[in-house]
Amino acid sequence: MTQAETQKRASVPDATTALASPTIAFAMLGSGGSGVMTAAEILLRAAARAGYFGLMTKSFGPQIRGGEAAAFVTLSTQPVETQADQVDLLFAIDWKNAGRFAGELQLSTDTLVISGEAGAELPDIATAPRPRLEEINLKALTRSHKGTRPNMVALGAVAGAIGLPRDAIADLVQERLSKKGEAAMAQGLTAVDLGFDEAANFALAQLAPAPEDTPRWIISGNQAAGYGAIRGGVRFAAAYPITPATEILEWLAPRLQKIGGLLVQAEDELASINMIIGGSFGGAAVLTATSGPGLALMSESIGLAVAAEIPLLVIDVMRGGPSTGIPTKSEQSDLNIAVYGLHGDAPHVVTAPNSISDCLFTAQWSTHLAESMQVPAIMLSDQSFGQALGIVEKPAELAFATRRAVAEAPGQDYQRYALTATGVSPMALPGTPGGQYTADGLEHSETGTPSSGVADHNRQLEKRLRKVVDFEYGDHWAQIEGDGTAAIVTWGSATGPVRQAMRRVDPEGRRLRLISLRLISPAQPARLARALAGCSQILVVEQSQMAQFFGYLKAQFELPPMADLYARPGPQPFRAAEIAAKLEEWLS
Amino acid sequence: MTAETARRLTARDYKSALKPVWCPGCGDFSILSAITMAMAEIARPPEEVAVISGIGCSSRVPAYTNCYGFHGVHGRALPLATGLKLSRPDLLVIAAGGDGDGYSIGGNHFLHACRRNVDLTYIVMDNQVYGMTKGQPSPTTPPEWDSAMVPGGTGLRPFHPLVIALAAGANFVARAFSGDPSGTAQILVDAIRHPGFSLIEILSPCVTFRPEEREWAKQVHPAAVEETGDRAQAARRVLTDDGFNTGILYCGDRAPYQPAFAASGMEPAGGGAAGNADFDMEFRP
Ligand SMILES: Cc1ncc(C[n+]2csc(CCOP(=O)(O)OP(=O)(O)O)c2C)c(N)n1
Ligand code: SF4
Repeated sequence: MTQAETQKRASVPDATTALASPTIAFAMLGSGGSGVMTAAEILLRAAARAGYFGLMTKSFGPQIRGGEAAAFVTLSTQPVETQADQVDLLFAIDWKNAGRFAGELQLSTDTLVISGEAGAELPDIATAPRPRLEEINLKALTRSHKGTRPNMVALGAVAGAIGLPRDAIADLVQERLSKKGEAAMAQGLTAVDLGFDEAANFALAQLAPAPEDTPRWIISGNQAAGYGAIRGGVRFAAAYPITPATEILEWLAPRLQKIGGLLVQAEDELASINMIIGGSFGGAAVLTATSGPGLALMSESIGLAVAAEIPLLVIDVMRGGPSTGIPTKSEQSDLNIAVYGLHGDAPHVVTAPNSISDCLFTAQWSTHLAESMQVPAIMLSDQSFGQALGIVEKPAELAFATRRAVAEAPGQDYQRYALTATGVSPMALPGTPGGQYTADGLEHSETGTPSSGVADHNRQLEKRLRKVVDFEYGDHWAQIEGDGTAAIVTWGSATGPVRQAMRRVDPEGRRLRLISLRLISPAQPARLARALAGCSQILVVEQSQMAQFFGYLKAQFELPPMADLYARPGPQPFRAAEIAAKLEEWLS
Repeated sequence: MTAETARRLTARDYKSALKPVWCPGCGDFSILSAITMAMAEIARPPEEVAVISGIGCSSRVPAYTNCYGFHGVHGRALPLATGLKLSRPDLLVIAAGGDGDGYSIGGNHFLHACRRNVDLTYIVMDNQVYGMTKGQPSPTTPPEWDSAMVPGGTGLRPFHPLVIALAAGANFVARAFSGDPSGTAQILVDAIRHPGFSLIEILSPCVTFRPEEREWAKQVHPAAVEETGDRAQAARRVLTDDGFNTGILYCGDRAPYQPAFAASGMEPAGGGAAGNADFDMEFRP
């Protein structure tokens, strides 16, 4: 514990300290228009201002608008990478269709369930686990206090129950309602106070004091990916909306505009990928974002970009598949199409962020890789990052030195696809006198002239492979933590739950080692061999029925025969308890 | 234009040294000539022009010019050209290809390129057949045309690209014939100068798979009526003509789609731009 933390702790009254918990999870339920998402987001924001870490995920019924909704929030003094195994508090503004959240809501006898509907008949999901049941009559309270809204009372009650500071809540409520005038602000505060007063009747463990103040950000994986791309230099984007990638596009569109860039809504994914190929050919750093079905449509043209050596970034925010699958839930099942989905021998880059804030870094890094090697990069994010809001540490500002190699003053002997030492050839941008060439998906000679000759095909294939294989990826290729002899090899959104499970199973960090690959392709066999040195046990963890990651590792690396696998499909996200149980079994 | 390039440019300056792969007598040769003649008259230096195509015999055209070129995948010339023009409004961008490329596999992009009205010139070398894949019917092939893949003919009414372009919002619509390269060049000059999306449908005989198309030379005739800015009138004309009148059929006045793009395309990014203070602020709780 730091000194500041010790001091803070010392200043908290004993009674509270006794009940303090470093992590508290709650859920809020309500039907369409009940305002659960607004309430939960204010709570998350207040926690961030108070210095906590957190994660908020949302779940909705199938209705396009106005259906039942559930917000899940975990707050902690430690970084939060996955929702807690079960909720400490469930607040239902009403119970309409609450049964739909059965698989996602984990309650126990320790859970406090507060029903906001007086005398309501509670559904099985709320009663079967035998939690403590309490009631706040939201209707009566809001009726007797003019202008107060049920979700604001609920917000106050949850804040009070888990020990979030009233001042931070009050500030946020006032900021939100400031446009609606003084009266609305006062009514909002009254509602919050009603909730706090009610909460005083229920005993619940309170959040332990927040750690030392460090700047926090509230950000979704989709926003982080968009911002990372902008930091990487992306200025032109074209895309077609698809869940769960759309928020990247909607975040980017006005911001690109602000900095002189542009996002175009294309007529389909075939158009979006080709529009960005055109933009990149013209010299802009470009991206498109999509999900599995869109990536499938784009794959022919990504092959074109490989052959024509056009840098671009495709972000695939993965969802349950195949086909329309489960658009609102996560899965790690697009790995095969991202790695193997192109026709021909088409070396390209596939990356994957390992946390919400890593979406920012990985998008920036992927842009850098694409531009440096003049190659398409596919970044595999997923719904559980994209549509979740995290309270994270403010991400570091990094800069990469390399830029696209451009032929500034091409001479008589300029060759667009010249065979160079690195395999990367300076690109002449349209407008540059003397650099005219035709970018081509047809195999070509060094000048770009179509050629089906053996020598040209072999040389150009070799060049395009060499430039991505020999590139110096540095330490970013993987996230490696711990040096135990039992290694867990994983990727993407499985990383957070694995990391949290490791902390539980091996709190001293002596037995386990985490290797989470950020660079999926091209494979780094020598690096992985070094990372695995000294391991006597290997477990691969992934969220895919067909174990696509495990299959890829077996194909690309000499994985020892003792390597074990824990793989299952979505839509249930991995929880730390599930992985911890698996680890215990595996280690014993 | 720099002093050096200010010299008078001729059609030759826009031709590359590559020898086309086309069959002797293919209509596409004359269209290549018409393009280079039009370029010489427009007089933009070759490096400021980009020719973008898909796949097909006709789509081979970019490498035969001395401009920047992109020979992409089948059917996607228009979105590629759109992305280039939107991010590089300083360039003169021409898209070119065949009837299969533009009206079949690329049909959706054709509709949306007309509707979007980006300042592009789209040249369709219509031979009413798939030449490159050796003789299958395209959307403009007559219904009775017999082929190995569709014995006895498609029995389908041909697609009418000009009416569709008008309905979808193209700002300039013309028909030309490859057998008249200087007439074609003149229409091309007008098309390029006209702001917005211009479609020039050029009848271009495939002497190998549709030898009967040599007869087109006798059938074509200049449009009997003046060009119009009235879409309904233009549509009525092209729906009732014999399919062989050439000339500019429609000249509209829609403003081209060109949202601001200030990030200079000549300044390639990807070098790790720093954060943006405004965006940072958004994420502060
Ligand atoms: C995705 C895809 N499908 C099919 C083909 C095969 N293909 C190449 S060119 C072509 C048709 C070309 O016809 P058209 O566009 O009319 O041009 P032409 O050769 O007649 O000039 C086809 C079907 C391909 N290259 N790509
Ligand atoms: S096959 Fe037809 S379209 Fe192709 S080059 Fe020969 S004549 Fe021209």
